[in-house]
This record gives sequence, structure tokens and C-alpha cells, in this order.
Amino acid sequence: MNAYDAIVIGAGHNGLTNAAYLAKAGLKVIVLEKNDYIGGAAVSREVHEGWIYSNCSYVCSMMRQAIHRDLDLSRHGLLLVPYLGTVNFGQGEERLLSYHDEEAAYLELKRHSPHDADAMHRFQADLSRYAQLIRKTLMRTPPDPASFRPRDLMELLHLAKQFWSLGEREIYEYIRFFTMSAAEYLEDYFENDLIKAAMATPGIIGTALGVYSPGSAYVLLHHVMGDVDGAIGAWGLARGGMGAISNAIAGAVTEHGGEIRICAGVERVLVENRRAVGVALENGDEFRSRIVVSNLDARRTFTRIMDRRDLPEGIYEKARNFKIRGSSGKVNIALSGLPKFTGVPDNPHLNRGGQAFIGTLETLERAYDCWKRGRWSGDPFVESVIPSAWDPTVAPPGKHWMSNFVQYCPPQLVEGPWTPKRREQFGQTVIDKIERYSPGFKDLIVHMEVRTPHEIEQEIGLTEGNIFQGELTLDQLFFNRPFPGYGQYRMPVKNLYMCGSSTHPGGGVSAVCGANAAREILKDLRCPNSVPEDDFHDE
Amino acid sequence: MNAIDPYAGERLKTSPFHPRQRALNVRDAWTSWNGYQFALHYYDAEYEYFCIRNACATYDISPMQKYEIRGRDAEAMLNRMVTRDVAKIKPNRVAYCVWCTDAGRVIDDGTIFKLAGDRFMLTCGSPCAAWLEKSAFGFAEVQVTDLSDALAALSLQGPTSGAVLKKLGLNGVENAKPFDIQHFSFHCHELRVSRTGFTGDLGYELWIQPDLALELWDELYAAGEHHGIHPYGEAATNMARLEAGFIMPGMEFNEALKTVRFEHDQTPFELNLGWLVDFSKPHFSGRRALLAEQERGPRYTLTKLDIEGNRPAEDARIYANKRCTKEVGYVTSAMWSPAVKANIALAMIETEHAQGELWAEIHYEKELRQYSRVVRCQRKDQPFWAPARAKATPPPDC
Ligand SMILES: Cc1cc2nc3c(=O)[nH]c(=O)nc-3n(C[C@H](O)[C@H](O)[C@H](O)COP(=O)(O)OP(=O)(O)OC[C@H]3O[C@@H](n4cnc5c(N)ncnc54)[C@H](O)[C@@H]3O)c2cc1C
Repeated sequence: MNAYDAIVIGAGHNGLTNAAYLAKAGLKVIVLEKNDYIGGAAVSREVHEGWIYSNCSYVCSMMRQAIHRDLDLSRHGLLLVPYLGTVNFGQGEERLLSYHDEEAAYLELKRHSPHDADAMHRFQADLSRYAQLIRKTLMRTPPDPASFRPRDLMELLHLAKQFWSLGEREIYEYIRFFTMSAAEYLEDYFENDLIKAAMATPGIIGTALGVYSPGSAYVLLHHVMGDVDGAIGAWGLARGGMGAISNAIAGAVTEHGGEIRICAGVERVLVENRRAVGVALENGDEFRSRIVVSNLDARRTFTRIMDRRDLPEGIYEKARNFKIRGSSGKVNIALSGLPKFTGVPDNPHLNRGGQAFIGTLETLERAYDCWKRGRWSGDPFVESVIPSAWDPTVAPPGKHWMSNFVQYCPPQLVEGPWTPKRREQFGQTVIDKIERYSPGFKDLIVHMEVRTPHEIEQEIGLTEGNIFQGELTLDQLFFNRPFPGYGQYRMPVKNLYMCGSSTHPGGGVSAVCGANAAREILKDLRCPNSVPEDDFHDE
Repeated sequence: MNAIDPYAGERLKTSPFHPRQRALNVRDAWTSWNGYQFALHYYDAEYEYFCIRNACATYDISPMQKYEIRGRDAEAMLNRMVTRDVAKIKPNRVAYCVWCTDAGRVIDDGTIFKLAGDRFMLTCGSPCAAWLEKSAFGFAEVQVTDLSDALAALSLQGPTSGAVLKKLGLNGVENAKPFDIQHFSFHCHELRVSRTGFTGDLGYELWIQPDLALELWDELYAAGEHHGIHPYGEAATNMARLEAGFIMPGMEFNEALKTVRFEHDQTPFELNLGWLVDFSKPHFSGRRALLAEQERGPRYTLTKLDIEGNRPAEDARIYANKRCTKEVGYVTSAMWSPAVKANIALAMIETEHAQGELWAEIHYEKELRQYSRVVRCQRKDQPFWAPARAKATPPPDC
């Protein structure tokens, strides 16, 4: 009865994408999700009546157009809407406004520093060059650098070719870039502290690194390599919240005959003769299949739902040591009206897009110091967006909700585990910071959902609440993701695969991990490939 | 010092909504339409396009040509002029039409509003007074009045448009079906509302006397404040209509009366509008030529294409083979569709090749260097964009 070609554990957007492509190739697929809703960290939920939060991820840019187009996600209800205008809040009345119009953007930078306004062009050209190279690796399976198989050699050659096309000087720069900190990298371009701080913030989002930590420059790149309709670095909102992405992909799964089951937490991957043969659910049900795919992070996959004795030597340790530190919090706030911010013109294309409550580079680094000591900063970095100002479907007319992403928030506190009281205190710190820039903000609050790494782990099963299913550092990127030697979605137990953000190219709502894994699985099962190639004709 | 403007004779007219639109046209991006100053975009074309697809947005259709056709013979006269059967239009309904020369070539497209048994309104993109007069020849009781400057009109399009009109106080507007006309009282005068538009989405068109235009604008914008209302211009219109698969003069067709070269204009069949041609009704202009064409088959067929890659196929030629040795057509409009996530185009394809393989040769530039690429085209039978809400009655609120 319960026999399938493939079982996908977890209905995160990557698990769903994986299932959609396996189903599209004609396989009999079931997705098993522990929660009573799908989507994992790409989810929309009505926690407070009338308001629909994107509870975890909140903006979209990494989603690969090729997948959106190929799975016909628009027809399944997905509309990605770019939003405009971000305000960076510095110290006191200092504001850096991001205008959509190029000329206006230039003049605004010039107001802060004529030098930096010019330097921005060079910065963007350099970053675009790096981004272009990385973008081209996204929908490709990383080669195994230690293998002599023709496929790996060809892929290495392909990469080398792309790399050499940068030119000698740029190659050195590029290698240096990977090991630098965001702040140091920006030092080379800019002089104004708020501009540097504003440009540095994507380097720390979701990561247990500080603006001055080596490796944060890459994280910066990871956040700007996406695009919305070809506008590289732009971010958009999903109409209906981020869950609209997962729901649309689920639509594609069903359309192709796949099955999705909620409230079906997997307790164990069943292994016989060193092969994965199915799963056992927490409720005791068993499912059999030719292959098993885990959408869970690497730590969880090997230390929670696998029997250590089923794993080859060393894998358990690798999984245990996989760097997956929780560092972010999220506060979703329902508001009775649109907040007003001091020092921001009453321009509707500016004052309701994104807000980055920064302070200075120093503020960001001090917040990191607190995290290291198991505390949250009294002056945290908060990145916000007001989706309801753009999306009429997520709050009653005239009412709003604000998504506030907080960097940093420790997975455990020095004084002990998270408690509801401490969680509320953390939430209070966040709204205190916003209130400083928006007097009267607190009076608008109708409801608040405060999420520390603890809640994120409990609900979605992201270990420690790490938003990327594992740090995005060089030792865990590309063919090293999740572990060296296992960068091609096949795991140490035969017929077991991984398809979540713990695999290349890492975290973010991109659907790429799931699609790449499907391509490898179909290869192994000798099924025709159903996964499209990426679409880079114009780059 | 009230010096006379020496350029007065060259300046464009402004629409009744102009004072409000001018304030919102942050970019000073203007073009013109039928002698009126007309917004190309207000803030950003793509942003305005998304207002249409995601919330709601207004488009000033005042510069459109509007004619009242009235009298006992009005219906017969229109029926003689357009290819569709006007007798089948029920009162308070709108019908999309084309009209042709005797050679069956399209003069223009537009909409006919049946306001009463003997009262119609015809709207179209270009002035049509002379042709109407010609068409009225021989009909004793028809009066044609040009309402173009006497009627202001604003199109409200997008998923929240219905909610906004309800908020404006138009009770029962939710019961309007697509192509229905309703009449409301606005400041003691008539506000006509039709569930029509040029975006393929849920939408309405509001018709009002010019001296109430600003009142209507202000009340509409107050009602739409929390529903994302924003004005849009020609650029966003062009994006939305292409996704809906609608044709534009000067893009898909060359107006027949302005065409110099032999058959550089189009027939309804070529434009894939055969469904608008009704041979079962009494004689109409172009009937004989169109009958012959129906027999013979049109030389070209307007075809919807989904094109590989993401580089818009603007001005591309279409070939029957990848080597590009057999040219079979040309692209009329093309864009990357942000909503559908597809590289879409309308193209005129020689009918005999329309079902075969199609390849587009696309030229583009990257940092001053020229590139070209030949990519495969897929034919589409349905509009690229056709959300269920566009047909739903009552429509959803967002
Ligand atoms: C707070 C937060 C904010 C973020 N912001 C953004 C953003 O703005 N933009 C962006 O692009 N990315 C953002 N991210 C990252 C992005 O959301 C994730 O990288 C991505 O959604 C991960 O998708 P996934 O499918 O790989 O895994 P997940 O979403 O983690 O899916 C795993 C699934 O497995 C299920 N599961 C776990 N254990 C079991 C079990 N035993 N049995 C069955 N099912 C199980 C889980 O419930 C979950 O549904 C954010 C993440 C977080 C947490």
C-alpha cells in the first residue's frame, strides 16, 4: 500500500520543489510534513485574525525564474511584486534614503558624500561581476574536486573557464573577497559610516558573523545575487505572503500527481542493507520507497531522524559539527495604521517600503558581541518591511503589518533557556528601537508574534533557528555543502538524498536546492531529466 | 504682464483630470494621444503595471474618441459598419468590435455601448467622425454626435477595483458582469460605469461629465487610499494589454484608412478576430472581401508566442527553421512578463507556417556590444494572463 518511488521528508519549499520535479518526471512521490501546514520557512499564516504574516522569510529575490516559469507557478497563484524605497536609519536624525530612480538615488548618496556617490558605481560593477559568476553556479551541481569522473572533470573545467574569464587581476580580488569581512571590503569603496553600515547589513543577516568577521563579504553577496525580473539585487514580496510560493509549488506537485501529507512527522529513516528503504512516522505508520529525500538540515537529518548505527563512520560527527548557529529573531507586528518615521519625507514610495534600523557600523558589531555572550543587544539591528502597504491581501484595508527581522538573537541565553517572559523582553527591545525612530509606534500595535531561534527551531525544525540550514562560510559552501565529499545531494547511505538549504547553493527562498537534487536523483534512477536549465541569456 | 503665449497653437490640450495627474507625475513623463497631453508613466512604469496586477490603478481614457449614435436607424447603421451583429447586443451591454473597408481591412477597433434601443456610444482610439458620417449615408434617422471632449472617462483596473467602487458608494456595482453597464448618481448627475477595460484583469470604466471629473477623481482616490490606488500611463497599459493578448493600432495593425502600401493593413482574420465577424447578419462593410478571405484563409495569423530565454523579442523576425533561412513573420509586440514569468510576444506569422516550428532571431546589446541569438518560440492559444477574478461576479475584494 504505502509504497512510493520517492519519499520527501519535509514540505519546505525545497522539499516541495524536489517532489514537483520528481512527480513531473513520472515518479510516484509523497511529501511528509510534520506540521499541520506546509512551507517550512516560506510560509504565510493567519496567527491573528485578519492578518496574514510571513512568519519567517519575508522578502524574495533568490527564487529562480527558470523554476517559477517551468513549474508555471503564476498559474498556481504566485505573483511576485517588487517593492520600492528603503530607509536606512542612522544615528539621531541621520537617514539614508534609497530611491528607485537612479538620479534621485545618486543625489541622495551625494548628500552624504560626493565621494561615495561616485564610488557606488564601481562598487556595484564589482559586486555584479562577482554575483554573475556565482549566479551561474546556482542551478548546477557542484563538481567533486577529488573525483576523476568525466562529469566532475568537465564541470571543474567549465567553472575554471568562467573563472578565468574574469581576468587575472579580478581573480585575485575574487579569491580575496571570499575571505574578507563585509566592513573591510566596503572600506575600499566608501567613507561615510551610514553608507558603509547600510551596505554591510546584508553581510550579517542570518549569519553568526559580525560585520568585521572574515567571510561576511560572501554573505553580503549571497543576499544581492538574486533578482526580480532581471533587476539583480532587487527584492520583492510574494502576494499573499511567502507562503504563496510554497503553496504554488505544492500546486505543481499535485498537478503532476504527487501527494502531500501534513501532520506526518518522520521519526526514522528506515535503512536495510545500508540502503534507505522508507520512513517510519512518529505515529508508527511506515512508508516504503525506492529513495528517500530529506528536506531537513544536515544536523537534523543525521542526528535526529537516522539511527547512528546506520551511518558510515564519521558522518554522525560531521553532522554534529556542522556549523548551524542560530543568530536571528523575527518579530511580526499587526498595526492599526501605517507608522510614521521621523526624518523621512511623507513620500508614499519611500516611507512604506523597507526600513533598516541600523545606527552605525559600531552598533552592528556591538550587537554581535552581545550575541557571542549569549545575550541580545539593547540596540539590535532590525530590518523591516511593511508588506501590507503593497499587498492588499495580508491585512484589512487601512490596517498593516510589519515584518521585523532582528540580527542578532542567541539560540540560548547565558542565564538559561528561552522562556516566554524572556521572549517578550526580547520583543520589547525590538519595539523600543523602532519607537525611537517612530514615536507613537507602540500605540499602533494590535498583535505581536515574537520568534527567537527557539521558536524557529521548534516550529520549523531549523536547528538552532539558523535561517540558512547551516552557515554560509567557505568551508560549508559549494562542493563543501553540507560536507566535503557530499556536495552532490547524494548522502552517505545509498538511496538517501538531501534537498534542503543545507545543500548547494544554500539558504534563502530559491527553490534551487530542491530542483538540483531532483536532477541528480533522476539521473540515478535513469529517468529523463525534468529540471530546466537556468536562464541567463542576457548575462 | 499677460503676454500671449506664442506657442499656444502648438501646445497640447489637457484632460479634465489633468490637474491631479500633473501633481502625481513625479517624473514629468508625458506623451500625447489625440491632441491631449498624456502620461507615459507617473512614477515608474513597472511599478504602475504591478498596481494593475496587485492592487488597482487608474488610466485616463478621456482622450479616447467617443461618439453618440442615436435615432431609429442607429442600430442598422452600426450594423452596416461593424462586422459584429449589433442587434445581438442587449441594452446596457458593451461589445468589442472592429470595422473594415470594403476590402475587409481593419480601420479601427473599439467598443459599442448599447445605452437604449436607439442610443449607442462608440469608443475608439483614433478619430472616426468622417467614417461615421460616410457610414450613416443613406440612413434617414441617425444622429452622430462627437462626445470626445464632452465626456471624461477614467479606467479603474486591478484586483481591488471592485472594493474601491463599493467604498465609493456605488451600491450594486458588485453585481455587474463583464461588459455590463450600470448607471449611478454622482453629485446629482449621471455616473456611467461599465465593467470593461484593456488589462485582462478585473476592472471598470467610469464615464462622467468633465466638470465633475475632479470631484470623481478625489472621491475615488479617497475611497482607494487603503486599496493601493495609483495612476498609470501608456507604458503600463501596453504591458497589461499585451499579457491579455489585446491588439494595439500602430503595433499589431496599421489603420486601413492610413495605409499607403498594398495590404500593409490587416483583416480581422489575420488579427485572430474572426469571432467578431458575423456573416449571418445583414450586409456590412467588407463582407464580400471577408467571405472570400474566410474561404481562402488569411495570409497572416496573429499568434501568441512564449519565447525561450528572457530577452524580449522586440522587432524580431520569425523563421521556420533555426538556421533562419526561411522567414515567416515578424514580432509586433514583445515583453518580459513579470506576472507570468515568460518572455511573451504577439507576432504576425504567415498562416501556412503558423503551425510549424517557429524561431525568433533576437538582437540585443550588452555594454555597447551587439549580440544576437536564435531561440525557439512556443505557440499559445490562451491569453498569457487571465485571472479568474476578471470573470467572477461578484468579484473578490482583493
Ligand atoms: C526568520 C527567517 C527569515 C528569513 N528571511 C528570508 C528572506 O526574507 N528571504 C529569503 O529568501 N530567505 C529567508 N530566510 C531563509 C529561508 O526561509 C530558508 O532558507 C528556506 O525557506 C529554507 O527552505 P527549505 O525548504 O530548504 O527548508 P525548511 O523551510 O526548513 O523546510 C523544512 C521542512 O521540514 C519539516 N520537518 C522538519 N522535521 C521534520 C520531520 N521530522 N518530519 C517531517 N517534516 C519535518 C519542517 O516543518 C519544514 O516544513 C529566512 C528564514 C528564517 C527562519
